Amino acid sequence: MRDFAYHQPATVPDAVALLGSVSESRPIAGGMTLLPTLKNRLASPSALIDLAGLPGLQSIEERSFGLAIGALARHADVARSRLVATRIPALARLAGSIGDPAVRHRGTIGGSLANNDPAADYPAAALALGARIVTNRREIPADDFFLGLFETALGPDELITGVVFPAPKRAGYAKLRNPASRYAVVGVFVAETANGIRVAMTGAGNGVVRVPEFEQALATSFAPEAVAHLRLAPDDFASDMHAEAAYRAHLASVMAARAVADALA
Amino acid sequence: MATITGVGAAPLRKEDLRFLTGRGQYVADMKRLDMAIGVFVRSPHAHAVLKGIDASAALQAPGVLAVLTGQDVAADGLGSLPCGWAITGKDGVPMKEPSFPILAQGKVRFVGDMVAFVIAESIEQARAAAELVIVDYEELPAVVGVLEAVSDGAPQLYDDVPGNLCCDWALGDEAATDAAFAKAAHVARLSLINNRLIGNPMEPRAALAEYNPGNGHYTLFTTSQFPHVVRWLMSALVLKIPEQKVRVVAPDVGGGFGVKQFLYGEEAVITWAAKKVGVPVKWVSDRAEGFMSDRQGRDHVTEAELALDENGKFLGFRVHTLANMGGYLSTFGPNIPTNLYAPLLGGVYTTPAIYCNVKVVFTNTVPVDAYRGAGRPEATFVVERIVDVAAADMGIDRVELRRRNMIPKEAYPYQTPVLVEYDSGDPVGCLDRAETVADVAGFASRKAASRAAGRFRGLGYSTYVEACGLAPSRFAGRLGARGGLYESATLRVHPTGQVTVLIGTHNHGQGHETTFAQIVSERLGIPFENVDIVFGDTDKVQFGMGTYGSRSLVVGGSALNKASDKVIAKGRKIAAHLLEAGEQDIEFEAGVFSVAGTDRTKSFVEIALAAYVPHNYPLEVLEPGLEEQAYYDPINFTYPGGAHICEVEIDPDTGVVRIERYTGVDDVGTVINPMIVEGQLHGGIVQGIGQALCEAAIYDDQSGQLLSGSFMDYCMPRADMSPHMDVSTHSTPCTHTPLGVKGCGEVGTIGSPAAVINAVVDALSHLGVTHVDMPATPNRIWRVIQNATLPRALAAE
Repeated sequence: MRDFAYHQPATVPDAVALLGSVSESRPIAGGMTLLPTLKNRLASPSALIDLAGLPGLQSIEERSFGLAIGALARHADVARSRLVATRIPALARLAGSIGDPAVRHRGTIGGSLANNDPAADYPAAALALGARIVTNRREIPADDFFLGLFETALGPDELITGVVFPAPKRAGYAKLRNPASRYAVVGVFVAETANGIRVAMTGAGNGVVRVPEFEQALATSFAPEAVAHLRLAPDDFASDMHAEAAYRAHLASVMAARAVADALA
Repeated sequence: MATITGVGAAPLRKEDLRFLTGRGQYVADMKRLDMAIGVFVRSPHAHAVLKGIDASAALQAPGVLAVLTGQDVAADGLGSLPCGWAITGKDGVPMKEPSFPILAQGKVRFVGDMVAFVIAESIEQARAAAELVIVDYEELPAVVGVLEAVSDGAPQLYDDVPGNLCCDWALGDEAATDAAFAKAAHVARLSLINNRLIGNPMEPRAALAEYNPGNGHYTLFTTSQFPHVVRWLMSALVLKIPEQKVRVVAPDVGGGFGVKQFLYGEEAVITWAAKKVGVPVKWVSDRAEGFMSDRQGRDHVTEAELALDENGKFLGFRVHTLANMGGYLSTFGPNIPTNLYAPLLGGVYTTPAIYCNVKVVFTNTVPVDAYRGAGRPEATFVVERIVDVAAADMGIDRVELRRRNMIPKEAYPYQTPVLVEYDSGDPVGCLDRAETVADVAGFASRKAASRAAGRFRGLGYSTYVEACGLAPSRFAGRLGARGGLYESATLRVHPTGQVTVLIGTHNHGQGHETTFAQIVSERLGIPFENVDIVFGDTDKVQFGMGTYGSRSLVVGGSALNKASDKVIAKGRKIAAHLLEAGEQDIEFEAGVFSVAGTDRTKSFVEIALAAYVPHNYPLEVLEPGLEEQAYYDPINFTYPGGAHICEVEIDPDTGVVRIERYTGVDDVGTVINPMIVEGQLHGGIVQGIGQALCEAAIYDDQSGQLLSGSFMDYCMPRADMSPHMDVSTHSTPCTHTPLGVKGCGEVGTIGSPAAVINAVVDALSHLGVTHVDMPATPNRIWRVIQNATLPRALAAE
């Protein structure tokens, strides 16, 4: 880790101002990705802008359409929230399955979405549920937010302040965890929403994507059998030392079926 | 009457108070006022010519005290890292032994090879300066796999090691084995890979060295399993300084598993550097550095053939193995896949003819050396896997096949055709008990229930034996050991009757402070609380070969027992004098010396006091004081063994293997502390499960980069992968160790990989699967299922 300056802004505007004025600065929330990166000297920001002290961003609130979750809500908070368990139980289960207990007690939903790791869990939920990402400047529909490998629609001085999730009629999530990293080898989130069936997949390649094949099949029949044997083309999947593309493509169907079963349970 | 906490008792571990309350003393925590910090510059290339090093910018960076390179090493006339074993190949050809410089000379041979040492006032300064060291590399093609390394046209690591072949070694009677195959009714064949592992002890390696110009003394604090050997090899062969002027201290060490039982270049460089820069120098490895520099384990490619008669009796066993040594010979490197491997290929069976050829091969990877089990897990895996293959081939139940070939209890001592003679054992008894504990009788219904749920259930056996208690020195010397393998213990009785033991083994998680105190409590009849164990400091402890190869209790404990004998013998003389009786009439039991047949007694405490206040004492014939030292050199290896049964369930949709239950019945000889033995078994079994299901050091075959170089990519076994383990002992006491002990540190790691993989193969056997390589990851299992079912599916279409 190299030396860096450390700022603790008291308000979102202060944090945004620091990000704009301090060159090479980076915001930090839970730090679950950034800290290991710094420790391995793979990044060396001049300053860290710690968002942890920003007031009011840890809340989980009910809205008529669903839930509004503050950017600094930790995975463990979401996992054990009665509100989440009532309105979007699949989201609570997903949060409770992220990483390990240490990660769940440090990592935040805003941090996970802003990082957009191609194997992270939250992006799948956000995309499948048709969430809107709230920033200091605007609201970004999830469909427009995730732009591929660690890329998002966030501008350089833009901070996520919260996420609003429309409650689905039903939803489910299933993944195969990489036993080493605990990231999803493949994870599939299915949701029956007011706007129809939405299916998002993480871990498959360069970032979370919707899966039209699954969506169409489930629109016809919302049952595990509808997707269990629906084979996606391996060409669209990543191949690495943990999983070959054909295996990931296979897992996509398996996890889709399990996610539907989870939604129906 | 003293309270004895002796053999068979299970007191809580003495050492845990300091570990659990943060009072441990680890090298990384140590500080000196004027201490400097060192950082190693390591090669980013797997194979390259080292054309030059420009340290000028680094030397001018803030806080930098020195930048040391291979040129400085050469200028100071330092030696290279010695190899402790000189094995001899077929036809008497000695192994090739290229130099292993402490800082690279001329070439680098793996990613992580050390090229420079940067010393600065702070870690930040040292790291920043290390990035300013400009190294001019001319990259060369790299080779990481053994099959590729011995192929024509492979990149050559050394000019004088043709074909990268360190040694073409063999053991056993080849002609007799060929003859056995000639008359065989069936030959089972198996090709397998034993995956490379990275030990990853919880505490990374670290060292702190200081030099005192006032007396010329060096002190090295290091994370080592054998500080005396570090001192010996480093002073005599590398730094060329008088051995008595070097003190090596290995304080609390957070796990070893073999990783810390070698002399590392870092230790020598830091000790040398402390004198050069004139202030204490410290280095602490981080995890990433550990991945690329801690010696790694296993990495074999093997072809095995088992010859059987028509009744399934084993006639002959032939094994050809290519063993990866990495880029250089580490301290025990060439010994592991040869002497600690081939002699175990007899297993617990009566196979009369065995021949094993091992080609020991250099590659552009981290040097490979001992890792928990060291050679014996590899041997067990080959034996126990091919027995299952043979059983399937011949349509004989695999348990029945084992029983037909097992050495019966009454046949011990049993001379194998591959050097070793097992002194004792009862493999049939272990198997019987394990089958009961594992509820093998109920397996069929559990399998049917799994099948109904769409899952495949399998049962795997591993009936294994290993050789530990390293080692009889004379025997080891014949096999190429350059050192002895005895152990020493000093039993110091204080005037109050309290005891300090100074022992040459090293406790880094094994519970020695408890087990050894139990031995003294038992032997001297004094309270367990009155015994302290001192280890790990060459200025305190007379000498020691250290802790590895399940030797501490077997060899160190035997030395301690021998020292106890001497203390008791002297105490008997003192008691005879005080009680005015003949020495032959003095009995000693439970801490009391007595005149046989009388009520005249002296307690151990009274005898100790008399030895140190010798007023009424036979000074003419007996020295005052009560302190005895013993060296113990074992007369044979010990041969723990047992039966492990693993039950797995496989989800065919994902390929995930779940271990449903695990049973181990192990013969570790006499058990001193059953709780510690159970803990050793649990840990060892989980380590074996790690090898079987998830751990793999993977190198890019083009660049030679370690791809699995972090915990994100290298999968350590986790608590949620660990099954309920039902472990117990079925002991036959060792016939040649004075306490009857056999050692238990490695048995779990040795027995378990074969049990797990045999269970996995059993679960998939209905698909025609006959072998699965380790680690049996979900992707690999899925692929195996695909490959097994795809042709059938196509045929059905």
